[in-house]
Amino acid sequence: METTKTYQSYFIILVFLLVVSFVLNLSLGSVSIPLKEVFNILFGSETTKSSWQFILLDYRLPKAITAILAGSGLAVSGLLMQTLFRNPLAGPFVLGLSSGASLGVAILILGAGLFGGALGGLLLSSWSLIIASALGSFLVLLAVLSVTFKVKDTMAILIIGLMFGSVTAAVVSVLSYFSEAEQLQQFIFWSFGSLGNVSWEGVILLSLCCFIGIVLSFISVKPLNALLLGENYAKSMGLNMKKTVLLIIIATSLLAGGITAFAGPIAFVGMAVPHLTRQYFKTSNHLILLPAVLISGAILMLLCDTVAQLPFSEYTLPINAITSLLGAPVVIWLIVRKRKLLF
Amino acid sequence: MKSENIHSVLKVEDLSIGYTTKKKCSMISEGINFSIHKGELVGLVGTNGIGKSTLLRTLAGMQAPLKGIISINNISLNSYTSLQLANKLSIVLTEAPASKTLSVLELISLGRQPYTNWVGKLSENDKKIIQQALRATEIESLSHRKCFELSDGQLQRVMIARALAQDTPLILLDEPTTHLDMYHRAYILKLLKKLTKETGKTILYSSHEIDLAIQLSDKMLVMTPEKVLYADPESLINQGCFDNLFPKETIHFDREMKRFTLKD
Repeated sequence: METTKTYQSYFIILVFLLVVSFVLNLSLGSVSIPLKEVFNILFGSETTKSSWQFILLDYRLPKAITAILAGSGLAVSGLLMQTLFRNPLAGPFVLGLSSGASLGVAILILGAGLFGGALGGLLLSSWSLIIASALGSFLVLLAVLSVTFKVKDTMAILIIGLMFGSVTAAVVSVLSYFSEAEQLQQFIFWSFGSLGNVSWEGVILLSLCCFIGIVLSFISVKPLNALLLGENYAKSMGLNMKKTVLLIIIATSLLAGGITAFAGPIAFVGMAVPHLTRQYFKTSNHLILLPAVLISGAILMLLCDTVAQLPFSEYTLPINAITSLLGAPVVIWLIVRKRKLLF
Repeated sequence: MKSENIHSVLKVEDLSIGYTTKKKCSMISEGINFSIHKGELVGLVGTNGIGKSTLLRTLAGMQAPLKGIISINNISLNSYTSLQLANKLSIVLTEAPASKTLSVLELISLGRQPYTNWVGKLSENDKKIIQQALRATEIESLSHRKCFELSDGQLQRVMIARALAQDTPLILLDEPTTHLDMYHRAYILKLLKKLTKETGKTILYSSHEIDLAIQLSDKMLVMTPEKVLYADPESLINQGCFDNLFPKETIHFDREMKRFTLKD
């Protein structure tokens, strides 16, 4: 796909912003750590306070990395969904992927109570969380897609996605109704979304999920570009539609499912970031958009997390609330300013 | 007979088209036979709902025929892989591109997809062919515009340029003149004529512009409820096949003028 200009300067700015928001995210929190000390600790030099070292390395660093992974992964899965469904409204949240992941986790956490004790503990390992959540989003996406082959109208598909979302939400409610208070609390905290509860082991698992998802997305760059013309044109240019759809589904469910498993359902990032990126890059070429969305998603998530930490206070707000509070006005502003949301 | 086979780009024998569902198969048209030669411009005409789009979709391999053989360059359509077919045949559909924010240049360069590597990187040769397609359709000045900024006529030229960039010996167009003003309808059909003459491409298009199609096409495919006729416009007129195309109370075909006139 021939693009009309080079984007080097754009990417330099993005990477610079990413580094700034990363450092900002590390240094701000309930305990403020001076910038100089942050660098000292990061680069292994002596530090004045060992508690700072502990906070930074065992809490804030994994949290910041989770934020980067979650932001990039959700934004990329949003981009994939928007192109696959050829609809600007699509995103992991709108299409019911996040609800599917919730259902998987709900069945796991709330169902674990039924098995009780040791078995319950075993069930709740990071692996089983990821599998349950990715499986949940995979199944919902598959259901939405099987309908897509029958219903050609993309608006109808979105409505069906929303319906699947509400069905899974209803099943979650029924499960909650029958479960113990302890499990329910655990599930509710999970559903607020949190980047801070991920251990180093979890970070590695999540990175693996995101890495595979992102590699699959890059493999799909050319088919994604072809899909911009619509399915019929894409096929006429030799695109293997089944293989493409399968690749995109696997990538999206790994990304959205894996992230939701660890960080809880996070709204708006998946839908808003691709739009913001298209606004500034003014291209539809996925070879440019994909890395741009990847970095922008990370920046947005780091900033949201920094706000959620409520610097200099002991409180932390749910990350899900912050992304919605910041994301919704941005999307509204975008649509009002442009008077339309072109995809 | 042998020489005819060599030059036949698109050949159809005893073709039946229609849709099959689980319960029944609904035939739209049957017994279609024709053979289009290299460099010919062929107009496909017929009333609304007669099956022009279905025929084009079947020829493009987008849906399976109910019966019969379609061959491109004397090789059966079924034996092509989708990528091989993308080298032989390109299409211009009635549907608008899904993304409205594509720029003209981006859209046309997508036509090179069957030839590019896994990320779609364009070689110098690809870029040269894209420029040729821009020039042939006279849209060089639009190349940086976005699709949503274009008029219907301009967008149609862009879609034709994309098909040209795909660089196939055969191009199928489904109603390329719909939604266009009188000037653009003539412009598009003359452009197709010019392309067949200058590049030797074979072009099959469907249209409701029967008057223009008679003037410009080398051959015409006329679909009627009874049968599908294929010949050059002159002999189709002499056979009287346009006379009964539409109900005579409203419009009738004037053989002298070679066009339809209103019945008063």
